[in-house]
Amino acid sequence: MTAVELLQFARGPALWASVAVLLAGSLWRIAGIVRLGAKPDLSEPRSTRLFAGAMRGIFARMVPRVEFRLRKKLGFWNGYVYHVGLAVIVFGYLPHIHFVKRLTGIGWPALPEPVFFVSVGLTFVSLFIALMERLSDPVRRLLSGFDDYFSWCVVVLPLATGMIAIQQSDPMPLAIHLLSVELLFVWLPFGKLAHAFLVFASRGVTGAALARKGAPL
Amino acid sequence: MTERARSVLEAAKAPDARRAALEFVAQAGRDAAFQLEACVHCGQCADACHFHLVTGDPRHTPIYKLWPMLKAYQREAAPFASVKKAFGLAPPEVTAEELHEWSELLYDSCNLCGRCTLACPMGIDIASLVRRAREGMAAGGFAPADLYKAAARSLDTGSPIGVRWPALKRQIELQEQETGLHVPVDAEGAEYMVVLSSIEIMGFPEAIGALARIFRQAGATWTIPSAGFEATNVGVQMGSRDVAAELLSRIVAAAERLKVKCVISPECGHAYSALRWEGPNLLGRRYDFEVVQIAELLDRFVREGRLRLRGMDARRLTFHDPCQLVRRGGLTEAPRRLMHGVSANQVKMPASGAASYCCGGGGGVSAIHRAEGLRFAAFEIKKQEIEATGAEAVVTACANCRNVLEEAIEHYGMTMPVLGLTELVAQYLDNDGR
Repeated sequence: MTAVELLQFARGPALWASVAVLLAGSLWRIAGIVRLGAKPDLSEPRSTRLFAGAMRGIFARMVPRVEFRLRKKLGFWNGYVYHVGLAVIVFGYLPHIHFVKRLTGIGWPALPEPVFFVSVGLTFVSLFIALMERLSDPVRRLLSGFDDYFSWCVVVLPLATGMIAIQQSDPMPLAIHLLSVELLFVWLPFGKLAHAFLVFASRGVTGAALARKGAPL
Repeated sequence: MTERARSVLEAAKAPDARRAALEFVAQAGRDAAFQLEACVHCGQCADACHFHLVTGDPRHTPIYKLWPMLKAYQREAAPFASVKKAFGLAPPEVTAEELHEWSELLYDSCNLCGRCTLACPMGIDIASLVRRAREGMAAGGFAPADLYKAAARSLDTGSPIGVRWPALKRQIELQEQETGLHVPVDAEGAEYMVVLSSIEIMGFPEAIGALARIFRQAGATWTIPSAGFEATNVGVQMGSRDVAAELLSRIVAAAERLKVKCVISPECGHAYSALRWEGPNLLGRRYDFEVVQIAELLDRFVREGRLRLRGMDARRLTFHDPCQLVRRGGLTEAPRRLMHGVSANQVKMPASGAASYCCGGGGGVSAIHRAEGLRFAAFEIKKQEIEATGAEAVVTACANCRNVLEEAIEHYGMTMPVLGLTELVAQYLDNDGR
């Protein structure tokens, strides 16, 4: 297979197959949890504004309560850096926007290139700090398993291959970059990266339950 | 129901990991599963847990305490469980050795205080998951022996420490003599039925006299039932819904027999959780009466003008928030308003209110003898919090917290009284003694 053929494969069948796995896997995971069912809560609620509680749970937990803002812990703030950084890279870089527009017809203005390059640098450093913390902190080391480390690799790979592919005319680096993104799509529904959608359910459920009791969130 | 409750106690005689695993899976319903699946292993819950903070032991990380339940869920019920099993990728079955090890993690080093729940960035209600995991542990026979014994005493006598009606009757008579007020027993049609915890009955019986003074001034009819008076629910602490339901059914039967409008949950955090929030779900039906915690009722009476307060305690006082009332029960403001009404010199602990630290004895830990050393160690944080206030006395609204605080204060050689909020309010009633 030539580099051009590999790029065509990555842009064509591999892309659509990975998107299909991403969507089907995510739906399967959500449906598999929903099918477990929930019993109605028969206790007299202190508040019936459960949807508002769920929404509050989803948004309020984006920022920790003041009592838990552990300023001395680098890893604590580091989480914000790579999440925001990844969002800037995925949604703010012009070639990415062109790629999405070509597939869906939806486009939006890109961020200036210097912002993108700074984000790539910060995100890279931030992800390596996250890995170092996971390996060195006794709590995180104890909690972590294959899923955590493999998920880290699957996130870092598109970053690394993307940096190599920038401003290159050779189709091979771009093909590898696309394939690494497709690996991420395929893995996302099955591992820890699924927190991208599970976080909303988890926070929402707790937000509603605490709102029901009138308890602090 | 009684037979089912007693059958749980048989589990302790022959621990069975498979039985525990089945119950773990049964407890992982939709909402619990969303939370079990959402954890990203960030470890932030560790920094919220007083047990981890004092021991530094990573095994005391709250989410790690759920490992056996998570394993059982992932093996049997998670969305891709069957596929993983087919390819040999599912986690192995939980073993009896694991569950014996986790007994210490799920019971001795967890107060179900919910501080971790408040800290989790993924919004995982870890405390409620631990409560669910305990169902598996208790069903499998892996709960601490002390809790099985307390459950057996509760089923036999009504009380985890064996307090029967004659003992309560005697305490009521002594309080009637002391206050000169009548304490109504089994008064049908009363507005309020008060239930009590054994710790209150035997350790702080003056609470009964305080209630008599409060209800007299409020002009409300009330009663204490001679059967079904015990509010403590060891079933909730050990994690047996059958034991919990049986104990709750006795209170509900008393309330229905006496046709009361409202049952007053006493100064006991987990009793409030059991009666107010878990009760209807455990019994499978809604109550015909309202459940109100005593601090909530006093606050209501004060705001309605039915209780008038006179004078204030001039000592430097600090309020210890019972986790099950404040953080888990939604009663943050009521005790604070009451404190403002009776304390002229109140000072807050550094972590006060929603994120306050547990006394270390909640969630049944104070009843587990083998956990005593760890409990006193965990109190180190609360000790620092109390000392930071320079308070002369601690006030709380939970008899178990009060008992645990008194023991720990003595253990650490501190000299400081621990007061009950209800008694403090009764002490500053206007026209008291009329």
